[in-house]
Amino acid sequence: MSGVRVLVGTRKGAFVLTSDGKRERWEVNGPLFGGWEMYHLKGSPVDPNRLYASQSSGWFGQMIQRSNDGGKTWEPVGNKFVYDGVPGTHQWYDGTPHPWEFKRVWHLEPSLNDPDMVYAGVEDAALFRTTDGGQNWEEMPGLRRHGSGPHWAPGAGGMCLHTILIDPSNPKRMFIAISAAGAFRTDDGGTTWQPINKGLRSQHIPDPDAEVGHCVHRLAMHRSRPGTLFMQKHWDVMRSDNGGDQWTEVSGNLPTDFGFVIDVHAHEPETIYVVPIKSDSEHYPPDGKLRVFRSRTGGNDWEALTKGLPQKDCYVNVLRDAMSVDSLDKCGIYFGTSGGQVYASADAGDSWNAIVRDLPPVVSVEVQTLS
Amino acid sequence: MVRVVLPAHLRTLARVSGDEVQVQLNGCPTLGAVLDAIEASYPVLRGAIRDHVTEKRRPFVRFFACEQDLSHELPNTPLPDAVVSGAEPFLVVGATAGG
Repeated sequence: MSGVRVLVGTRKGAFVLTSDGKRERWEVNGPLFGGWEMYHLKGSPVDPNRLYASQSSGWFGQMIQRSNDGGKTWEPVGNKFVYDGVPGTHQWYDGTPHPWEFKRVWHLEPSLNDPDMVYAGVEDAALFRTTDGGQNWEEMPGLRRHGSGPHWAPGAGGMCLHTILIDPSNPKRMFIAISAAGAFRTDDGGTTWQPINKGLRSQHIPDPDAEVGHCVHRLAMHRSRPGTLFMQKHWDVMRSDNGGDQWTEVSGNLPTDFGFVIDVHAHEPETIYVVPIKSDSEHYPPDGKLRVFRSRTGGNDWEALTKGLPQKDCYVNVLRDAMSVDSLDKCGIYFGTSGGQVYASADAGDSWNAIVRDLPPVVSVEVQTLS
Repeated sequence: MVRVVLPAHLRTLARVSGDEVQVQLNGCPTLGAVLDAIEASYPVLRGAIRDHVTEKRRPFVRFFACEQDLSHELPNTPLPDAVVSGAEPFLVVGATAGG
């Protein structure tokens, strides 16, 4: 019997939502780590019972928790994130140099083939890796030492490395994204990196076509087509069909092309999902209507998905790590809101139900499809 | 043995019950020695009270004992006699801040 496990990170703890393959009845477990900010939880693709969680607090700093039994029990592992060598400086909001300072782990990306290897995207932006199940973390310094590093600047939410995509066809290739530096790619397993931001345009920065300085909110990839990437940028929905070498805008008929999340249907690599947000100064859906937009053509042509979602007086946000998909048939789509709802669709977005409505503000949603 | 009161979140992390723990100090009974002893007894708290590398107190963590604020004292500051004797606890406090 198949099943689904949804790992939800919130501002005040983590929740594990489980259902069988029908995805009609849900069990809600939590809060785990109550009172802590849970930026992200994710399971190993090769061992679904091996979970990792980023637990942080403005008081007590960063913890990493690991579960070996699918989230029933947890143990704290290593929390020492120290930049390699002399950290140097990046650009501060006022344009002055500012020392790199570790703040928190935004995203944990387990290896595709080793449950003890995990990548961590952190604020201030850097990429760390563990090869011993989280006990020890080492920076992969080639990214931060890319020549553009001193020019990276934080977005409003901090200078975070929030997206890590591993190419399933080429273990040497990974993609990451940083707000507000942009997207980067390695083709040598993380030793060296290159910015992949050609075609992005960001108004209100000194050079709208600059190599770095773009506020990329999220990248997504279908594992069968790792050369095709989708991006929700601060403004603009973009796609690349050459591993990020060149991007083209596919915002098309979206009511607004600002937003945070973007994801790809598990079985249809040209079917993508976004949640348009009115603007960067308002951070809620247009017209008080919470709508997921789906494109079956890889962008440009979008349809609003509204059945089961509030269509009036709704002013929540959906943050960048708060959408995920399962791999059942039909594909399930999930997202969480700043209002504490976790919505699920068991029919690829045609209709929606709230699994749970009153959690703390949701920061991240990850889905595991269990056999 | 020195009595130490930890805030609730750190007690949860350290998996201790009750309000107080007791730690054995090595060497002179100083502020730094009691923090070293806490971390030695509960390694999970490394990085949660003070920075891993600089050993600076985390900004929203404060230290008190015998109605004195020791938060800004140097690591080699002697602990009050009443803390050393066990008559009074050393308090690690999460600052009242945030939401």
